[in-house]
Amino acid sequence: MISINEDLCKGCRGCGLCIAFCPKDVLKMSDRFTKKGVHPPEIINEEDCILCERCMIYCPDFVVVVSDEENIV
Amino acid sequence: MKMVHPLEKYIRPGFLSTTSCSGCGNGIIAQSILRAIDELKIKMDDFVFASGIGCAAWIPSPSFYADVLHTTHGRPVAFATGVKLSNPQLKVMIISGDGDLMAIGGNHFIHAARRNIDLTVVCTNNGIYGMTGGQVAPTTPFGAETATTPYGNLERPFDLCRLAEAAGAVYVARWTTYHARQLTQSVKKAIQKKGFSFVEVISQCPVHFGRRTGAGDAAAMMRGYKKNSVGIKKVKKLKENELEGKIVVGEFVDREEPELCEEIAKMRQRIK
Amino acid sequence: MSKRVLSGLHFMQGNVACAEGAITAGCRFFAGYPITPASEIAERMARRLPEVGGTCAQMEDEISSIAAVVGASWTGTKALTATSGPGISLMMENIGYAIATETPCVIVNVQRGAPSTGTPSLPLQGDVLQARRGSHGEYEVIALAPSSPQEMFDLSIEAFNLAEKFRTPVFILADAFVGHMREEVLIPDPSKISIVERKIPASGMNFSEYKSCLDEDIAPMPIFGHGFKSHVTASTHDSFGKRNVTDPEALDYYIKCLNNKIRKHKEEIISVDSEVDGSEVVLISYGTTYRAVREVQKRLRQDKINIGSFRLISLWPFPEKKIEDLARKVKIIIMLENNLGQLVPYVKAAAKGEAEVVFLPPRMLGTLHSPDAIVKKVKEVIP
Repeated sequence: MISINEDLCKGCRGCGLCIAFCPKDVLKMSDRFTKKGVHPPEIINEEDCILCERCMIYCPDFVVVVSDEENIV
Repeated sequence: MKMVHPLEKYIRPGFLSTTSCSGCGNGIIAQSILRAIDELKIKMDDFVFASGIGCAAWIPSPSFYADVLHTTHGRPVAFATGVKLSNPQLKVMIISGDGDLMAIGGNHFIHAARRNIDLTVVCTNNGIYGMTGGQVAPTTPFGAETATTPYGNLERPFDLCRLAEAAGAVYVARWTTYHARQLTQSVKKAIQKKGFSFVEVISQCPVHFGRRTGAGDAAAMMRGYKKNSVGIKKVKKLKENELEGKIVVGEFVDREEPELCEEIAKMRQRIK
Repeated sequence: MSKRVLSGLHFMQGNVACAEGAITAGCRFFAGYPITPASEIAERMARRLPEVGGTCAQMEDEISSIAAVVGASWTGTKALTATSGPGISLMMENIGYAIATETPCVIVNVQRGAPSTGTPSLPLQGDVLQARRGSHGEYEVIALAPSSPQEMFDLSIEAFNLAEKFRTPVFILADAFVGHMREEVLIPDPSKISIVERKIPASGMNFSEYKSCLDEDIAPMPIFGHGFKSHVTASTHDSFGKRNVTDPEALDYYIKCLNNKIRKHKEEIISVDSEVDGSEVVLISYGTTYRAVREVQKRLRQDKINIGSFRLISLWPFPEKKIEDLARKVKIIIMLENNLGQLVPYVKAAAKGEAEVVFLPPRMLGTLHSPDAIVKKVKEVIP
């Protein structure tokens, strides 16, 4: 499972690290704007996610959280 | 469906959002450090984090939910020395940038290493003075154009790991933000090491370094780290000219030597 | 293990007495760098602190010395550094840091011939204004001026008590004379010595519930290692340690709280030794310039001339009110300073024209005033 806390995202235009390093193209920049006026990432292929956690580890802003389904609180 | 970030519990409530630029490597390093603390299962209350002035110094200050000492420019190692000497039970970690620790703070750094006092220094190295607008740093590559070297940098940069090793650090490692997981493992080792530990992290400053030198945006810079890094074992097989432009990563020093606070405690016993 | 407090009568060097005073006050950390004429303090601390369970560190320079002192103070340890003018100049940024973060500590300046390298083993009262305004920005300091090795001991304890009470750095402005001279020092029994400890929040307090700083009545200090999760910064911050480098309101509050903390409590800090009793002429002195005053009074009494003495024991905060009151009672104030009159403008301003203020340095800077020279001046100016 991947969750995206948009309010913390600083925008794909300056960052885009979660998208750039996903080996399975699960994420892409969305056309929407967050409250801060930036484009957040969105999940397009969740079923391809291999839980490598690179998106979570490379996100500088605690936006992306990856977890096994079983561990969701 | 929103999940709670596994490291959020280590962040001061209300300070999850930071002022760092979009794509800055600082957040990656913050997470790597917190993951190390999490995996070691050490309480944040057992730590004191010290940092100087600069963007990297805002990694622990104010975000880390622990005792944090945000000092004057270049001096976190000196302040931390006072903290550690007077309460050796505390785990003291310094998180600061290359300009802060190695330019204005260079003298304090080499003496703390020489003393082998039990401190962990994580130095984020972005090769520039980011917070003040992109001036040259002692780690800026030769020839680079910066705000104060508009015609190209005419000074050679430091090799911070060789400096740390020469000064006497007992654990020395270098990684990049691309190597976030390896960084976590090195930080774990550095925390547990008795003595002066130094972990350098090559980190992207896309707004100043990236833009001024043409290194690109955050993702481009990190792809560059992936492409140009060479593991320390491989380096031995390469010729001098093949190392041009490469970032050598890995653990350079890992040895045991008497640590200062322990020696002081022994001395107090001896003179009784 | 040696006794913590060396009670008894000693023939002791001023610098050594200063170190002993610090240890008596509970100081357990010293960080310093060798410099004439203060090195003896470091040497004494190096020998004595390990005996009482403390730590002494010779750092790589004065900048790291004061930094280490501040770091140590944040673990709850009373900490001292000692240097001379050149070292104070180097320390000024971090002294400002200690003021801004409300860190108790004691800084001894054994003043020497200056400016710059000057004359290391001659005394001068040249750093008096530097103590007040040496760091950048708007702030208050506390400074005490000992006039004898006995006072190097006593005022060392007083300095720590003030530092702990007001959560601020306190200067001891000694000089090469009083630092290096040897005289009788009586160290009382510890039960007769009053020691002040800083207030610390109750354990388990949530950092967002209490003010950890910028309280005009001095916030309890959330020292490290107790789970307070303190955020200590010298950037402009609020009462909870949260940085705010954007709003003028935050800067205004920060400056006014830090300054009012001292200003509001001036009367508790200021210490003078005043004997005026109807005299028309009074000698104002501090530190080693006080040493001539008793002899001068004795000689003038032989000529049936009665002069008063007003000694500043604390130099900062400056005792304007007391000087204003003094000026109304006397006709002439003679200022005795071993410099070119650093405090004279302050005394003149406080006197508001009620008395004439005359400045008298020693015939040669770097020496003590000769009593004869002072007697001669008194006879010149006496109405």
